[in-house]
Amino acid sequence: MNAHKQATGSAYFIVKETESPRTHVLSILVDNKPGVLARVIGLFSGRGYNIESLTVSETSHEKHLSRITVVSSGTMHVLEQIKKQLERMVPVHRVIDLTLMAEERGHGRPLERELALVKVSGTGNDRVEALRLADAFRAQVIDANTEHFIFEITGRVSKIEQFIAIMEPLGLVEVCRTGVAAMNRGPEGM
Amino acid sequence: MSEARQMTGAEMVIRALVDNGVDTIFGYPGGAVLPIYDEIFQQEELAHILVRHEQGAGHAAEGYARSTGKPGVLLVTSGPGATNAVTPLQDALMDSVPIIAISGQVPTPLIGSDAFQEADTVGITRPCTKHNWLVRSVDELPGILHEAFYVAMSGRPGPVLIDIPKDVQFATGTYFPPSEFTHKSYMPKTAGDLDRIAEAIELMAGAERPILYTGGGVINSGREACGLLRELVEITGFPITSTLMGLGAYPASGDNWIGMLGMHGTYEANMAMHDCDVMVCIGARFDDRITGRIDAFSPGSKKIHVDIDASSINKNVRVDVPIIGDVGNVLEDMVRLWRARPEKPKPARLKPWWGQIDNWRARDSLAYKPSKDVIMPQYAIERLYELTKDRDTYITTEVGQHQMWAAQFYHFEEPNRWMTSGGLGTMGYGLPAAFGVQMAHPDALVIDIAGDASVLMTIQEMSSAVQYNAPIKIFILNNQYMGMVRQWQQLLHGNRISHSYTEALPDFVKLAEAYGCVGIRAEKPRELDDAIEEMITVDRPVIFDCRVANLANCFPMIPSGKAHNEMLLADEATDEAVATAIDEKGRELV
Repeated sequence: MNAHKQATGSAYFIVKETESPRTHVLSILVDNKPGVLARVIGLFSGRGYNIESLTVSETSHEKHLSRITVVSSGTMHVLEQIKKQLERMVPVHRVIDLTLMAEERGHGRPLERELALVKVSGTGNDRVEALRLADAFRAQVIDANTEHFIFEITGRVSKIEQFIAIMEPLGLVEVCRTGVAAMNRGPEGM
Repeated sequence: MSEARQMTGAEMVIRALVDNGVDTIFGYPGGAVLPIYDEIFQQEELAHILVRHEQGAGHAAEGYARSTGKPGVLLVTSGPGATNAVTPLQDALMDSVPIIAISGQVPTPLIGSDAFQEADTVGITRPCTKHNWLVRSVDELPGILHEAFYVAMSGRPGPVLIDIPKDVQFATGTYFPPSEFTHKSYMPKTAGDLDRIAEAIELMAGAERPILYTGGGVINSGREACGLLRELVEITGFPITSTLMGLGAYPASGDNWIGMLGMHGTYEANMAMHDCDVMVCIGARFDDRITGRIDAFSPGSKKIHVDIDASSINKNVRVDVPIIGDVGNVLEDMVRLWRARPEKPKPARLKPWWGQIDNWRARDSLAYKPSKDVIMPQYAIERLYELTKDRDTYITTEVGQHQMWAAQFYHFEEPNRWMTSGGLGTMGYGLPAAFGVQMAHPDALVIDIAGDASVLMTIQEMSSAVQYNAPIKIFILNNQYMGMVRQWQQLLHGNRISHSYTEALPDFVKLAEAYGCVGIRAEKPRELDDAIEEMITVDRPVIFDCRVANLANCFPMIPSGKAHNEMLLADEATDEAVATAIDEKGRELV
């Protein structure tokens, strides 16, 4: 069809991003009302921001406030934009970049914990090995019969990733993870 | 003020609108808003203006809002009524226009059942509003109605939507007035940080090649802000340019005005932006139509950015002095601090800079080749300007070449006189917007500078104009093309004019007559003045079919992938220059 293959141009000016992306943890305090989570997630998808992990739960029952913890990645510029975009939403009360705050306070990184339920099935040596490793990782057995275990493990994301990877050859059946819950060290609240 | 009263949800809607200062709303009835329409019928405080399509209601409300500084209100039914309003909502979001949209919804128990005319309106409109609400009970309704006005009008203004199920409209509850409403979470900062402002003034005082780059935020901030901007220009002697949205904040006849900037801005404005040493951006957002190639944007300047929306700062362009606050407040501080300086910077230090600007200005970048035989589109707007400038005139536009020519050749002295779809670029905006403007200013001369393609997108609102005796003038620069689309095809796609020619346009004069308004046609330059005079004199809606040179293109232009100092000027735009304006690298851009 297009005999003369002329490259097409654009009405837009696009500059390639040269900065490398970082991963940050954001805490967002929002009104616990219908649609608020959709609004927050919609902002991320609509503007092309990443969500690596998301947890949400009401944390103040009298004030009907929920705390959303988002792990997102992007350049510093994008992460700043995410914070500002969140801050201008009507049901959003506060947004804290926990990673940035921890760095500023000299704490390294914020405290991050995740809980995972890991189901492993097998017999014989694999089964023994799974239980032994679970013990080493301080994972608890919360359900078992002669053919399977369900482990509950809590810890930093890297620990959970590692545990899951180790369980893979030992008969990993399914995994359920909560996503990251996080706060900063020290006496100050958000 | 505690005259709490029992009333139905539908009554509350009317009460709250009136209590929030609304006297005119635009709308279209339907099943899910009948209770509200029944209340409208039984009262006289609120005028309801019937449109022909909900998109028309939205743009009319935008025109009303932008010409008055008050929020615009539209009322639509559920399902298609609400989805038809999506375009104006997004338009208002991008151009920061305060709009209150009220939509009917199917009764609460039917939500989620795929009922007749049901749509997930809050889901659909979530990304195209500042905020929206689905009202779940009549007890929430008064608070939400008042909050809607608060959200739409505070901070960076924008559209909001309230979705009200029919059973909530029928239910009875207790109403309370706006004075009893308090808001908890959304509190935009309006005062600028004084240290930052002092830092900005310091930079400005030391500048040798300064420029003020202003936008729609100045106009949104209000008349006082525009006055303060003029004062700042006066005392600093800085040159000033503006975005499409900000035209009129500083008068085009002002001594320091160097024209609009951006993709179709003047040579002097863009060159000054490129070469300045201090850029003061006030209420503008470094949009891609403004900056051109972003990595070559004003490379040597310190940048000051005043904006009420923190997310606009450092979004596209890194700035040195960010000031978050209402433009009016910040300008007041700026003027005060500048005046308070013990040593005033000498105006003479800007002389070389003004000399340079005058050299660029001498390039006469808006020049075009006049013709005795055909009406050049630029000439049409020049004549329209000359014949209407001394009247109480408001201009709206559609989107495309005619819009850019209007921005270049119609000169605005006052704010709120220029209504155009800047951010979203909505073809079909201008006609209903003109209708909305006319409803707010019944005695003014309201002209929609239109293109033949755009105007057909919302032409049905001529019927509304006739119904309300709104004497809007639809001035169509008719070249039978989607001119801007064609211009880009010439520039970027090897002159393959794919579907940008309208082969079967209506006879606009007959169309006008069919709607019951007046049709006027001008085909030759010598007929133009008389025809425009006739258009002005007729006290009825007019469709003016101005047949212009078909193949005229809009210059100057910053081609794709180029910087401000690489503009394409009309006299250089030979066929060859157009074909090669965008180099390999520019073409690589997605």
